[in-house]
Amino acid sequence: MSTDKTISRRGLFMKVGILFNGLVVTALAVPVVRFLLSSVMRGRANRYLSWVSLGTINQFPEGETRLATFRNPYVTPTDGKTADTACWVRRIGGEKFQVFAINCAHLGCPVRWFPQSGLFMCPCHGGAYYQDGARASGPPERGLFEYPYKVQNGLVTIQAGELPTPGASAALLGETPPCA
Amino acid sequence: MRLIAQIGAWFDRRLQLAAPIREVSEHPVPKNTASWWYVFGSAALVVFLLQLATGIMLALIYVPSASEAWNSLQNLNHDVTLGWFIRALHGWGSNFMVAIVLIHMVQVFLFGAFKFPRELTWVIGVFLLLMTMGMAFTGQVLRFDQDAYWGLGIGASIASRVPLLGPAIVKLMLGGPIIAGATLSRFFALHVFVIPGMLIGFVGLHLLMVIKLGINEWPMPGRLVKKATYEHEYHELTQKDGAPFVPYAVWKDLFFAAFVILAVAACAVYFGPFGPTGQPDPTIIQTAPKPDYFFLWLYAVLSFLPASMETPALLIGPVIIIGALLLLPFLSGEGEKSWRRRPIAVLTILLVAVTLATFTHLAGYTPWSPEMNAWSSDPIPVRFLQHRTALERQGALVFQAKQCHNCHALEGMGGQRGPALDSVAVQLTPDQLIRQVIQGGGNMPAYGKNLTPAETTALVAFLQTLHPAGQAPARDASRALAFGGSGQNSSAVRLSSRP
Repeated sequence: MSTDKTISRRGLFMKVGILFNGLVVTALAVPVVRFLLSSVMRGRANRYLSWVSLGTINQFPEGETRLATFRNPYVTPTDGKTADTACWVRRIGGEKFQVFAINCAHLGCPVRWFPQSGLFMCPCHGGAYYQDGARASGPPERGLFEYPYKVQNGLVTIQAGELPTPGASAALLGETPPCA
Repeated sequence: MRLIAQIGAWFDRRLQLAAPIREVSEHPVPKNTASWWYVFGSAALVVFLLQLATGIMLALIYVPSASEAWNSLQNLNHDVTLGWFIRALHGWGSNFMVAIVLIHMVQVFLFGAFKFPRELTWVIGVFLLLMTMGMAFTGQVLRFDQDAYWGLGIGASIASRVPLLGPAIVKLMLGGPIIAGATLSRFFALHVFVIPGMLIGFVGLHLLMVIKLGINEWPMPGRLVKKATYEHEYHELTQKDGAPFVPYAVWKDLFFAAFVILAVAACAVYFGPFGPTGQPDPTIIQTAPKPDYFFLWLYAVLSFLPASMETPALLIGPVIIIGALLLLPFLSGEGEKSWRRRPIAVLTILLVAVTLATFTHLAGYTPWSPEMNAWSSDPIPVRFLQHRTALERQGALVFQAKQCHNCHALEGMGGQRGPALDSVAVQLTPDQLIRQVIQGGGNMPAYGKNLTPAETTALVAFLQTLHPAGQAPARDASRALAFGGSGQNSSAVRLSSRP
């Protein structure tokens, strides 16, 4: 009988076999993990974001807040209508705008604009915001998310492409919440 | 007959399954476990099998594509023969499954069945509960309508609150930067392959342990579980006072299983399938998304959490709840099993049940949400307008036009976000009313920028008329001394005389 330390031929082959499988799995794990995390890694370099047009500046009367829609810059063939996104465009005056995400800063439900009372109201949990996007009442911790915008050649364009969420907003939109 | 027996023998010689099946079905169980209280586990299994069968049938037609899913559901509902019925069976089956799993869990908890040596059975049961909830959420997403779309937004908003990893988790969950095609595809994969696969595996383990460890005996007050002696005592019990599971106990499971399937089918026929509601078009914003009933309590909780509590509660709450469930059998693995001697266990169940029921009930009419159309659809009751001055009626108009009605009810009509104003004049003096309207506060937005002084004057004049017939409106007693006269309307006068 062999002592504990000797290794039989079969035993060695089994261990080499396990090691071999381990190497194969490790080698395969790299592309598999990269595939599974593709949506995360791609977003890391802000490659989802680009400038999209909301229409000509004349579509947005001064002093008013209007609903605008745009096609998300990053689309896949099966997106259908879901790649269409809405946002609220407030033209303060001249080329001064505020473009708010449709998503409530609480949990992302679509906020509605009530021009008569100058409030955005959320249908889910009762969040409300003033016309400048600042939090008015309810559970949201902050004001509405704002898209960076610019006016070029008479077109209002915004930098968009990602779902604004409470956790991601600061990094995503590079903006501090608007103050009352 | 002989031929059938011969064919059976041929197969069994090769499969060798008859002996283990006979052993399992005839294993002795304590006689007193042949109770109607012990039928919920098998009922959950049967509903799960129903879900598998109906799910496969739905997959024959359903298209897991963001651009096609909603149409394929319409096709199922309206064109495919009895497609509506299979959808309804699957939808009602999911409701029943969540309910039965919860009842099963409560029964196991109250009967002390999680104690030694069945700790792992309980732990796997907790995993099964989580997977059932996972199936419920992903299933709701596959019914790809407005509720599903915005429900995903809620899920993403919650996930995004995880420190550091939040944004990455959101993109992983959505399969991209927004809720779109890739999102539905991965929820389809989760709902149809990943979670059911795990469920089948864990259900198998769960059942294996029930058979190997034996069904929990009927708990007798005073008969304590001790690790040293329990297994021996249980063995003795099954020998002395046991009976074979088949047919002694199984007939109740069979009856209840059939009854549950019948109930699911009856609900399916009577109430029909769930949705789909409106198209999942994010540009249609006239929608008030709501989750299915098993998540309504959570929906309600989310509206009550103060802003500062929200992220900690969302991130730590689940860890505490799941942790407590997993630790339960290890903290309380021995001792009394009977609910008659475990008052805290009974009170815990009652507390949890009342809490969940209350939140679910509240989510049914969402008092925290403005009633979006109240300002244009709920008229001010006539009695609040009769015998009023022109100014007061103008104030009523302001009340409607400025959407006050969306949050404040009059005679039970309108929103319930803020207090009902039927008798607000008794509670607040004119000055207080003006301050509240202009500056807001106490969860009310400030309307100072959106009301002209004239509008505020009219509105407050109207609000001052809102008091019960026999009760005078509140007034500031110092006013009469400071200004002379009644002083009742002096603030309004002062305001309207502002330049």
